[in-house]
Amino acid sequence: MAAVAVPRAQSSSRRHLSRRFHRAGPVTYIFLILVALGSLFPLYWSLVVASHDNSAVSSYPPVLTPGTELWNNIKRVFNSGEVNVDFWTALLNTTIVATTVTVAVVFFSALAGFAFAKMKFRGERVMMLTIIATMLVPVQLGVIPLYIEMIHLGWVNRLPAVIAPSLVTAFGVFLMRQYIVSAVPNDLIDAARVDGCHTLRTFWHVVLPAVRPAAAVLGLLTFMNTWNDFFWPLIVLSPRNPTVQVAVSTLASGYVEDYALVLTGTFISIVPLLLVFLFLGRQIIGGIMQGAVKG
Amino acid sequence: MRNGTTAIAPPPAVRKSGTVRHRLRRLDVKASPYLYVAPFFLIFIAFGLFPLGYTAWVSLTDRNLLDPATSFIGLQNYTDLLHDSYFWNAVENTLGIWVISTVPQLLLALGFAHLLNTTLRARTLFRMSVLLPQVTSLVAVALIFTQLFSKDYGLMNYVLHWFGIGPVYWEAGRFSSWIALSTMVIWRWTGYNALIYLAAMQAIPDDLYEAASIDGARPARQFFHITVPMLRPTIIFTVIVSTIGGLQLFTEPYLFEPSHYGATGGSDRQYQTVAMYLYEKAFAGSQFKFGYASAIAWCLFLLIAVISAINFLIVRRIRSAE
Repeated sequence: MAAVAVPRAQSSSRRHLSRRFHRAGPVTYIFLILVALGSLFPLYWSLVVASHDNSAVSSYPPVLTPGTELWNNIKRVFNSGEVNVDFWTALLNTTIVATTVTVAVVFFSALAGFAFAKMKFRGERVMMLTIIATMLVPVQLGVIPLYIEMIHLGWVNRLPAVIAPSLVTAFGVFLMRQYIVSAVPNDLIDAARVDGCHTLRTFWHVVLPAVRPAAAVLGLLTFMNTWNDFFWPLIVLSPRNPTVQVAVSTLASGYVEDYALVLTGTFISIVPLLLVFLFLGRQIIGGIMQGAVKG
Repeated sequence: MRNGTTAIAPPPAVRKSGTVRHRLRRLDVKASPYLYVAPFFLIFIAFGLFPLGYTAWVSLTDRNLLDPATSFIGLQNYTDLLHDSYFWNAVENTLGIWVISTVPQLLLALGFAHLLNTTLRARTLFRMSVLLPQVTSLVAVALIFTQLFSKDYGLMNYVLHWFGIGPVYWEAGRFSSWIALSTMVIWRWTGYNALIYLAAMQAIPDDLYEAASIDGARPARQFFHITVPMLRPTIIFTVIVSTIGGLQLFTEPYLFEPSHYGATGGSDRQYQTVAMYLYEKAFAGSQFKFGYASAIAWCLFLLIAVISAINFLIVRRIRSAE
């Protein structure tokens, strides 16, 4: 169903650029700027609310520029004596979960991708099709037995419950397979074999260094998804040992009227990803567009 | 799937009586691929497939977390569910919100992609700006928009009052809450879909456009007669992905409710989705009706499969517009 585009020949599309893409006129720019403002506004708004005293939220007409209370609000959010969540624990937990999951997904995907791309074995085709098919299965619907499983494992309220189910993704295996097929020359692998490398050594010294660009993209997307995950952590973790998303939602339910506090927590939860996006946005876009489906 | 360029094949059988080294190498080449794909399958079976299958079994029992005695009750949960007006209410809400969020979202995405598919200054900046909402977590989107849509001091009502409308009590009404929720979905997902369409647009061969230009087809005609039909597989993909995601909608409506522990989707359940109803029965409050909730999960699964299939059949017809 899906096919990751092999990095396309840039030169040929450049050559036709002038002919095939119409030049953007002023109307295009105006529309795109409006779209950009629309994308930015809610985030800006969260900063506006977070940087005011809560009474400013209920002023009329509404205040539209950032205020000076951001630091105070941040201190309130992190003061676990005052609010109903421990935000430091939440940030630490999310960092642990997202990092572990990202490393595991990249490693396991590259390993399986290597096997599918460069090795021959019985059942290979069926297994690859199975993996693709699993992308269409809404496994989130299995949360109830998963919860029962976690009770038996003794993992309820503990981070392994959130980490373990996310250690592999079908998308990752698929992306890596496609990338390795095209980016790792067979000659290189043959050479390693002639030199007496066993397959794991070949993987470690030849394949892993070669897949770094795809690994970076997969890592970024996985990190973002894990950071933002909510449904399952909400079910299996308690507000006492939460991830950031669970902590923010707990904050929101406890301080319904205190928008300044709630949106400060929200703002803190999105800043790390905004920074990542600011510096690596180009790679993330490349990853999504390369992962786009051609049929 | 295979392209016939396998690099590591089992060595030729000539060296059957080789040294230990050779035998080890044969073992390595034959067995290691299974070892390398094993982590995926083991973890997926343990935490993905098994729970999903086990849901089917649990749905045939009266399992309750608080009651250790579980007995098999056949299809009782499903019969109850079919007569459960809250369930049908949730199905209606889910489908309604899904339609008014997916249709505008994908049409807008197509438009954005068309705008981005030009020779553009600050190309990366524009692309980043459309993707920005996707980086924002569902929780953040839900909370920010909940504030924007609040009744007394929300910005939406302030803007509407310029036009003499409102104030609208977004959360209280059925359709108004659907609009607020679909706004959240549209804001978060349109840019992502636009980038996917853009990638597909750039893969359309030039000759098609050249031939059309020579035949005198105007840009608008080219868009509807070349671009859209050529995007068909991509459109199918985005529609299916939006269906699978949209029918499981949970976070936005869950956090839209002021004190959301109950997961009832408003005082009249005006925006409770099926995923929320599942959560309500299994985890919220202290019901822990795991058997009943599992039946809800399977019905949702079925709903997703049916709607996806219908969408696939509809979107496949785009070609006939050529």
